[in-house]
Amino acid sequence: MDFLRPASWEEALAAKAEHPTAVPIAGGTDVMVEINFDHRRPEYLMDLNRVGDLSEWEVGAESVRLGASVPYTKIMENLRAELPGLALASHTVASPQIRNRGGVGGNLGTASPAGDAHPALLAAGAEVEVESVRGSRRIPIDDFYQGVKRNALQPDELIRAVHIKKADGPQQFSKVGTRNAMVIAVCAFGLALHPETRTVRTGIGSAAPTPVRAKAAEEFLNAALEEGGFWDNGRIITPSVAKQFAELCSAACNPIDDVRGTASYRRHAVGVMARRTLTWTWESYRGARRASEGAA
Amino acid sequence: MSSPSGTPTKITQGSQTKGGIGESTLRPDGTLKVTGEFAYSSDMWHEDMLWGQILRSTVAHAEIVSIDTGEALATPGVYAVLTYDDLPTDVKNYGLEIQDTPVLAHGKVRHHGEPVALVAADHPETARRAAAKIKVEYKELPVVTDEASATAPDAILVHENRDDHHSGHVPHPNIVHRQPIVRGDVAKARERADVIVEGEYTFGMQDQAFLGPESGLAVPEEDGGVHLYIATQWLHSDLRQIAPVLGLPEDKVRMTLSGVGGAFGGREDLSMQIHACLLALRTGKPVKIVYNRFESFFGHVHRHPAKLYYEHGATKDGKLTHMKCRIVLDGGAYASASPAVVGNASSLSVGPYVIDDVDIEAIALYTNNPPCGAMRGFGAVQACFAYEAQMDKLAARLGMDPVEFRRLNAMEQGTLMPTGQPVDSPAPVAELLRRVKAMPMPPERQWESSEGADVRQLPGGLSNTTHGEGVVRGVGYAVGIKNVGFSEGFDDYSTAKVRMEVRGGEPVATVHTAMAEVGQGGVTVHAQIARTELGVTQVTIHPADTQVGSAGSTSASRQTYVTGGAVKNACELVREKVLEIGRRKFGSYHPAWATAELLLEGGKVVTDGGEVLGDLADVLEGEVVEVEEEWRHRPTEPFDLRTGQGNGHVQYSFAAHRAVVEVDTELGLVKVIELACAQDVGKALNPLSVVGQIQGGTTQGLGVAVMEEIVVDPKTAKVKNPSFTDYLIPTILDTPTIPVDVLELADDHAPYGLRGIGEAPTLSSTPAVLAAIRAATGLELNRTPVRPEHLTGTA
Amino acid sequence: MRLNFTVNGRPQEADDVWEGESLLYVLRERLGLPGSKNACEQGECGSCTVRLDGVPVCSCLVAAGQVEGREVVTVEGLAEYAKQRAAGGCASGACGTGLQDAQGWQAKGTDSQTGEGTELSPVQQAFIDAGAVQCGFCTPGLLVAADEMLERNPNPTDADIREALSGNLCRCTGYEKIMDAVRLAAARQGEAV
Repeated sequence: MDFLRPASWEEALAAKAEHPTAVPIAGGTDVMVEINFDHRRPEYLMDLNRVGDLSEWEVGAESVRLGASVPYTKIMENLRAELPGLALASHTVASPQIRNRGGVGGNLGTASPAGDAHPALLAAGAEVEVESVRGSRRIPIDDFYQGVKRNALQPDELIRAVHIKKADGPQQFSKVGTRNAMVIAVCAFGLALHPETRTVRTGIGSAAPTPVRAKAAEEFLNAALEEGGFWDNGRIITPSVAKQFAELCSAACNPIDDVRGTASYRRHAVGVMARRTLTWTWESYRGARRASEGAA
Repeated sequence: MSSPSGTPTKITQGSQTKGGIGESTLRPDGTLKVTGEFAYSSDMWHEDMLWGQILRSTVAHAEIVSIDTGEALATPGVYAVLTYDDLPTDVKNYGLEIQDTPVLAHGKVRHHGEPVALVAADHPETARRAAAKIKVEYKELPVVTDEASATAPDAILVHENRDDHHSGHVPHPNIVHRQPIVRGDVAKARERADVIVEGEYTFGMQDQAFLGPESGLAVPEEDGGVHLYIATQWLHSDLRQIAPVLGLPEDKVRMTLSGVGGAFGGREDLSMQIHACLLALRTGKPVKIVYNRFESFFGHVHRHPAKLYYEHGATKDGKLTHMKCRIVLDGGAYASASPAVVGNASSLSVGPYVIDDVDIEAIALYTNNPPCGAMRGFGAVQACFAYEAQMDKLAARLGMDPVEFRRLNAMEQGTLMPTGQPVDSPAPVAELLRRVKAMPMPPERQWESSEGADVRQLPGGLSNTTHGEGVVRGVGYAVGIKNVGFSEGFDDYSTAKVRMEVRGGEPVATVHTAMAEVGQGGVTVHAQIARTELGVTQVTIHPADTQVGSAGSTSASRQTYVTGGAVKNACELVREKVLEIGRRKFGSYHPAWATAELLLEGGKVVTDGGEVLGDLADVLEGEVVEVEEEWRHRPTEPFDLRTGQGNGHVQYSFAAHRAVVEVDTELGLVKVIELACAQDVGKALNPLSVVGQIQGGTTQGLGVAVMEEIVVDPKTAKVKNPSFTDYLIPTILDTPTIPVDVLELADDHAPYGLRGIGEAPTLSSTPAVLAAIRAATGLELNRTPVRPEHLTGTA
Repeated sequence: MRLNFTVNGRPQEADDVWEGESLLYVLRERLGLPGSKNACEQGECGSCTVRLDGVPVCSCLVAAGQVEGREVVTVEGLAEYAKQRAAGGCASGACGTGLQDAQGWQAKGTDSQTGEGTELSPVQQAFIDAGAVQCGFCTPGLLVAADEMLERNPNPTDADIREALSGNLCRCTGYEKIMDAVRLAAARQGEAV
């Protein structure tokens, strides 16, 4: 095993081009477990901690450019307003020690269906900025996950940042685990209201081979909200609408039975989380509407 | 060989206060432990040491067709590769009671993760890579995984040609041990029953999950022997199993206890002890072995999973009429402590209740599942889960309050156990229930705050699954009974060596035992006993090793009783000798030396009237008084193999719990809000430690109620979750406040009236949590741990 | 590979480090600092918690090569670290230790075989006094995590304490005495101001 220590992003890209099997390590919270437990012996380990800009973020007009290595703790502390869904998801990641090291780049690189960031990214809408010596490209989050622990990266590419749309409405994230902290998701759900476009986006974790959106559920809800004039009248969501949304979210799952939970439970729990997060976000939207009307 | 670093040091603790029994003195090893200087077995280091690695079977049951170690041996940095063929003597097996466990697999593996070969190399990674190069060809055999497959007429035998002392009385060779207990006339008593309640219960496989992994350092010695620095629960039991395999007399295998990072039963069996010694003797170099967490799950026995079939009857005024039960414990591939687990499960299967007519059977199976053995409260834990569920069912059927129903049937001093043995010390079962029920209830809806729901206080915690939706509170009660000490005729003794002398002008006592301090605080208590008995402030606790006689195991809640008793006894003998010296030296100066009852207090010899006769320092000047003496509790008897009758137990320990839980009934997530405990401890030698033990034991019971389970694939008998990622133990966010009410009713047969306390709280915690979840959900819940799918109909 | 970094204020060098080694292994096996514990080596137990440039991390998940040139504080240096912090007038917390400050202090060795007379940080003393130590294997990681939390948040609520320590497993105590210890350390810290 060789340890590569690129001092800059350019050096990192050059190293990755020269050694496409090199495994990038930033927080180490996935890679080191595999090394410690003898599951993986990469030829090259490439430390990205020295590439400073990976740990930085910029808040733009439309979106946040989040460096791949920005630790979850920083997201929780600094980006709660801009990225509420991701901030909530970040708070559910493992433990304080892990949140101090791990970042979204690791979740995306590993592309495990259980990664906590994925549902929030899917719901918010995001693009993954990847780069190689051949050039840079942005991969829409919807196209990023390709299979169980497979993503759209080419062997010479590295993840540099994620561009996440700033919240234009309430967002929520829920995760079921069999412990109250430090737990891998049995399943997870992210929901974002986008009042500007009058759409709703979702993300489901750990309930299919890849993180997925519940597209049929989104389409149903978009139509129902539009039809009922909910975005304008701010009415309480009809229970039957919430119920059908939940059912469609459950139907979007394609889970397995494993040691963490049954497929049947995962489908059920995703439905419950879908209904609850819809209620929370919608109540929050209504509250904000009332507040702004009151102010006006 | 020079001495390795990380060897244990003598711990001397001075005290401004008297620091005797009954006070919450602080741990003598506390400073070392908070500074990171306390040397655990995995911290041992020796110049020029090698690292040992174990190759384990990847299948559960198979013939070994061939093992090719050539490539591994040729790896640079590798010093030795050993298989069964390299074992030095004819003794190739070990075991606590039945020597059925191969040091290295011979021709066959019987469970997933069985040791097959050993490697020693100059770096752990070199050892791991070399182990991976050993080629083992397996021919897989069908697996035996439950009672049906184990006892079928054509069942494949896990162990052929058994000749152990249980093989003669078991109905099938795949049954390790069977203990029936029959008392009274169940058929007749059954006729008096107005209600009859049946239940079938399942208890999952729990892991001790001590945090300090199995580890140790074996250092070859110039005399051809070996010195093993090890974390264990019982040095002398290890020694008796290790020496014959090495072909060494016991005095050439020196053992010193290293720091032990928790045990809970999981270190009662050997793990890497023999392997490290074999590699050290083969290479002539010190060899360190440290399991990682993955290997630890294969490296020690677990709590027996169990199926329990119960029938109880009661009259309509709430009196129990009879009980029938069958307890099937899965012992896995090797016997370990299975026979004792069967003894406890059967003899304690009635619980702390009065039932005169019982028909009981407990068995432990041999299967190809992971070996199971000792874990905190063994046998009694599984039974308590089932009989307490039965009590709630009966109370519900009778329309009675579950606590009142239990109180009505609670045993007391004088009650006969199902074995016919009278309970001859206080048994305050009804009182403990009364106390735990009387404790104030935690406030409702604690998650609500002015800023909205604090998810940390809700089921799901930080995972943000509910803001109060679906959350229902439930309250449940349970009580249990555990035997203290080794039962069934075992010669359960301990040894203490106590020395008294003057150092720096001050009288000092040294206590030397082989007691394994595993965190429970035995070292604290020994110093307290020495202060109380010898009137000194300075007490040195000598490191535990095999240079002193056996202390027995740190298990069965027995060490404070038995080694504490041995220390007390040795102190008393030392005191007599000191007084003799005093009489010899100073008797002529004061008549009270000859006539009065004399005590040692505050560094002085005093009369029982309080008159000071002299300074201990003067008496001991130029003298060293030392006594090493064995001490044993009252003898017990084996249980009759047919009727189960016999005075098998020494003492009992009782605890009661009240659990308050909040369940997200839609998602099936549970938050335990409070787990209150009332326990009789006889006499709290160190109240702070007593409460710590009760809270720790309670939490392990909570773990197996809602999350902890080793999952074994029933088709392959392979472990599916050998990691802390998927074997979950409670975090601080899963653990509630645990108020403890300590009752002290002396047992006159025990030193200071004390009662062993470590295990009882683990018993009743689990059924109390289950009862509370049942109360919240209305579900029957006949298995533990309860998982979200069980609460949501999605299993 | 060769590694140079600072541990408890002292420059350290390790040679022949295998590239797959963790910071935890280097501390324990190469630098003679076994205080950080090896309970799970998968980031699930927190017993190997150290501060890396001031931030609590699981040292088992930091590749050795990643600490080149960086600052590490382990439980062995905690008392001195806390002392320097207190001397720096930082009892209000929320100041951490800057790189320059960190380089300005050194952990003292102890001559005491038994630990008697050792100077302890407030949180270390509180763990002993409250009975929060049983087997002690989780203790070093908990101390580093608790000390850092009290630095950030001198008046934590119970929920704050539980959240901050949720990455540290303890199997012996049931956590109650650990809660007591952290409350005690916070109270003593408050009195000292």
